[in-house]
Amino acid sequence: MGRNTTIIRSNYLLPGNEPFYEFSLKLWENLEQDLNYNAMVSQRGIMNLIHSDAQRDAFIRRGNGMLFADAGCEFIEAKEVKERYPFLDMDNPRFPIKAALAQPRGGTVRHDAVAWGYARGASDLGVDIIQNCEVTGFNIENGKCLGVQTTKGEIKAGRVGVCVAGSSGRVMAKAGIKLPIESHVLQAFVTEGLKPVIDNVITFGAGHFYCSQSDKGGLVFGGDIDGYNTYAQRGNLPVVEDVCSGGMAIMPMIGRARLLRMWGGVMDMSMDGSPFIDSTEIDELFFNGGWCYGGFKATPASGYCYAHLLATNSSHEVATAYKLDRFRRGAMIDEKGVGAQPNLH
Amino acid sequence: MIINHPLLGPRDSEEFVYLGSADLIKRPTNWEQDASAEDFYQYQYIRENIAGDHRELWYHEQGDQSWLVVTRNTLSHEILNVELAQDVSRGIGRGK
Repeated sequence: MGRNTTIIRSNYLLPGNEPFYEFSLKLWENLEQDLNYNAMVSQRGIMNLIHSDAQRDAFIRRGNGMLFADAGCEFIEAKEVKERYPFLDMDNPRFPIKAALAQPRGGTVRHDAVAWGYARGASDLGVDIIQNCEVTGFNIENGKCLGVQTTKGEIKAGRVGVCVAGSSGRVMAKAGIKLPIESHVLQAFVTEGLKPVIDNVITFGAGHFYCSQSDKGGLVFGGDIDGYNTYAQRGNLPVVEDVCSGGMAIMPMIGRARLLRMWGGVMDMSMDGSPFIDSTEIDELFFNGGWCYGGFKATPASGYCYAHLLATNSSHEVATAYKLDRFRRGAMIDEKGVGAQPNLH
Repeated sequence: MIINHPLLGPRDSEEFVYLGSADLIKRPTNWEQDASAEDFYQYQYIRENIAGDHRELWYHEQGDQSWLVVTRNTLSHEILNVELAQDVSRGIGRGK
């Protein structure tokens, strides 16, 4: 389990994305029963703050997209935002809070428990999980993948599925495939434990900052990626300052909380900000990756749709847009509409 | 990270905006031919995504607004070389 801030939600706009993430959220809702494991799924709600009239229009459009996909959403006027969260700086001169778009079914999940629950579930189903075993190459003959070479020997397979976060480019390069992906670092932050103060997930709309409170009381927050290619699992200070200023702009009360720890994880940033679940130009070699910094919430549907693809050799109906050749066809899924530059997504 | 600007000396990377691989200098020149669609696809969307020494474009937005080609190790963040992008561009026969 890589770097994540444990948030689940399905508040996307585009038809290529929204049904997939809503499918994922529905799987989260039943995950603990499916795995018989307490993953601490908490649908405490997510609230995206709105700071301008233009953003209100954009968020209402996004809310309509969510309603089309049966994801549900709630538009909250400023007065009610203030009543619910009196600590928010509603009248900040630069970023006044005008309203909010919320998804009450969004929330948080205990990330380690998800990893443990899935590992136990997979093991019970007969899956061998081999730790500390690096793939060093693929056995490819006549354009067909016949297995993988590892540090512990060769594994032959009728079908090979690649699913690694962060280092997708390095692994697929061993099969001679270049991807529409850059690897970047994203940092996350946790404060010392505080009394209960934030009972949902709150995101800043004018910059990039999102925050929730863990069950241990720490504020868990994050923001933008550092913005340059890297495989080093650590970030730099300019983004720390940027994220913390974003937090201070909407909830100045956190200024006196002390940071307990911060860390960086490597992200597969795709060229349109959306992922891939697809076959490749090599027969029997499949690829799942490019989750950018939003893979955690997709975990159940990513696995479900990948299993569907590996079993049937056809895309699951909610993952048909996640093709590797979509850039060649001009069928990008660019939520922000910022173009082919990963550090803008 | 400190970027040693060839004209201005050591500057904080915060003054810069990052664009991506320095291969972006090599925009295909065959845009009048049908075959260029594939070349532009490769140019615009496919990345080497190197783990190691990476040549990349940084723009000195809060400085002299020059474009630099920075060679930086993506595993350690160590900056090995900094050149003016215009020199690199002329060196491969592009630009004026």
